[in-house]
Amino acid sequence: MDMSGGSRLDAYVDRYATRTHGMTTSEIRALFAVANRPEIIGMGGGSPCVSALPLDAIAEMTAKLISEQGAQALQYMGGQGDERLRELICTVMALEGISASPDDVIVTVGSQQALDIVSRIFLDPGDVVIAEAPSYVGALGTFTQYEADVVHVTMDDDGLVPEALRAAIADVAKSGRRAKFLYTVPNYHNPAGITLIEERRDEIIAICAEAGLLIVEDNPYGLLGFDGPPLPALRSRITDGILYLGSFSKTFAAGVRVGWVLAPPGVKEKLIMASEATTLCPVALSQYVVAEFLAHHPWQEQVKVFRELYRARRDACLEALEASFPPGSSWTHPTGGFYVWVTLPAGVDAKAMLPRAIQGRVAYVPGVGFYSDGQGTLNLRLAYSLPEPDRIREGVRRLAGVLAEELEIVATFSGQPTVRGGA
Amino acid sequence: MSDLGPVLVLAGGLSYEREVSLSSGRRVTDALTALGVDVQLVDIDAHLLPRLLNDPPAAIFLAVHGIEGEDGALRDALDLTGVPYVGATGSAARLAFDKPVAKAIVARAGLHTPPSVALQHAAFRDLGGPALLAQVVRQLGLPLVVKPARGGSALGVTVVRTAAELPAAMVGCYSYDNVALIEQYVAGVELAVSVIDDGTGPVSLPAVEIEPLSGTFDYAARYTAGMTEYHAPARLHPAQAAAAGAAAVLAHLTLGLRDLSRTDLIVDAEGQVHYLETNVAPGMTTTSLLPLAAAAAGLDLGTLCRDLLHHAVQRGQSRPGAM
Repeated sequence: MDMSGGSRLDAYVDRYATRTHGMTTSEIRALFAVANRPEIIGMGGGSPCVSALPLDAIAEMTAKLISEQGAQALQYMGGQGDERLRELICTVMALEGISASPDDVIVTVGSQQALDIVSRIFLDPGDVVIAEAPSYVGALGTFTQYEADVVHVTMDDDGLVPEALRAAIADVAKSGRRAKFLYTVPNYHNPAGITLIEERRDEIIAICAEAGLLIVEDNPYGLLGFDGPPLPALRSRITDGILYLGSFSKTFAAGVRVGWVLAPPGVKEKLIMASEATTLCPVALSQYVVAEFLAHHPWQEQVKVFRELYRARRDACLEALEASFPPGSSWTHPTGGFYVWVTLPAGVDAKAMLPRAIQGRVAYVPGVGFYSDGQGTLNLRLAYSLPEPDRIREGVRRLAGVLAEELEIVATFSGQPTVRGGA
Repeated sequence: MSDLGPVLVLAGGLSYEREVSLSSGRRVTDALTALGVDVQLVDIDAHLLPRLLNDPPAAIFLAVHGIEGEDGALRDALDLTGVPYVGATGSAARLAFDKPVAKAIVARAGLHTPPSVALQHAAFRDLGGPALLAQVVRQLGLPLVVKPARGGSALGVTVVRTAAELPAAMVGCYSYDNVALIEQYVAGVELAVSVIDDGTGPVSLPAVEIEPLSGTFDYAARYTAGMTEYHAPARLHPAQAAAAGAAAVLAHLTLGLRDLSRTDLIVDAEGQVHYLETNVAPGMTTTSLLPLAAAAAGLDLGTLCRDLLHHAVQRGQSRPGAM
């Protein structure tokens, strides 16, 4: 190979679309490659505890399914998704107060594909998406790929702050840009672990309606609340001006990659066409597996199993934080879902601390990834969904030790007096 | 088929460079497989030692980067098994992997290396962080490069252009290692010079010139194709190219290395060659520098790795007490 004239080792480098410019590898990726090893207590990824599923029964069910319905389950199908599954999805959504027709449901390859097709049909480069601060990293990545700008809106312990939403909408309008939708995770927020309180839900809807702002309600965790029945979804209060995204990743199995969008009729047609252009049709076999599980297994009992399991893990995480984290740190107290959002003492950079944590055999996700504007240096997300409670306690204990060391280093360079050996 | 016998490529491990290492290991494995070598890619875990003892391969190619592969411990452990491997001994790797130690050794042998200090966190804690940093800036000036004393792939490395940036750079560096090397930044042509010794003596491969489009050869610039322009051979005056090659061979010999190494250098505007560091387990990914140098020299990567494995086997056979 003659490289005397120079090579960038990528023959296609001058042909990529503008939207690829942010697609670079990063130190964080390198660190997460280590974090997936079993020696490390992984509290980074929000993986569901699929080992709690009745795996033998699912194996039997799937074998029977292929033997009896293989000709359909292994074939292409319509781009909107299997009708029987769409009917069952409507019964799932009814648990959160949503009344919907299967005709308005589009099955997707996880709700991540739903985010993609929603962005594809609504976002032009330079458009604005309004989202909570912080917001789901996978959604931010999708919006960025469609070259949209994200404007974050403050949350407090009760969820999205209505006044802040009003102000953000006004600021965007003043800047001459167009906000296309509010992207919100109202229940057991990823990453913040916060739930939008009942009292604010109508107000948020009214603010968006007044501004002509579409709402994209992403609700993968809604059935995983620890305290009583699920809160009625935003979509249960209105039918227009809102797209609802659901998923079986957390209530059944992430690996089947089945999610859905519930959309108003006109929007639905465009979403189907966008979806067909990317996947032709959602995965037929996965849809049949999910439909069989919903139709013939006590799946709501399974969700209860998950709820109790995650509640115990949430408790372990919060108790360990209380017992071991230093003054100056704080964290959210989720009432469902997978995540605790931790704010570290002033001066600590959670991203810079990650290598020390990996060395200490514990992993988390630094907060900056959940913002599009550089906020979040003081924050980290802990996912309690996968490790056993004892591993969670040990993981948080290790992290507290890592934090103590980091605080000592930070204090050294800020000129503050230090305590040797840390907390 | 090769007459080499079964070989293992070790990669992965728990260092921060795990992903890079796995990528290197896969590439070496594929290159050897293409030549008909009986080769397996193996991760570093508790299964490795029993495997080496119960079913020893003819030789091992080490594609383990970072502390786990380059600080000498893994190599010492391999010596205990008697399985020959490609690359430096544990004791030599230990010296080369520690950048301040390596700089001191090669400086004594006559190579120029940028002025620097290597400081543990404890020094800043005991003497006062801001005061000691101010003194560092007074003595070394700006800009500076802060890097972990031990580590690779530019992880934890920051180019510091103002004194205000220094504290954060130090904190970030200490997250990777408890010793920080603070080095005067040298502007110039950035080079990587690989050295190969298949038993006939160390020779340098054509220098690879590195031109990161962002201006900094950081992790993203190293491993994202398209972010860095490489020239191989480097666009140097022949005398400068020869000086760079000689510097890399001298570093290889002075540090007591064997088989292969890669030395990173800067050639400044006056043509002076400055030594930065030497890698004893150079990257073998598609964007890594040793494979680019080998290609520029007309060498096939698989053949090169196979020859080095042969050399390791012969070395193993000539060891006292070898079976």
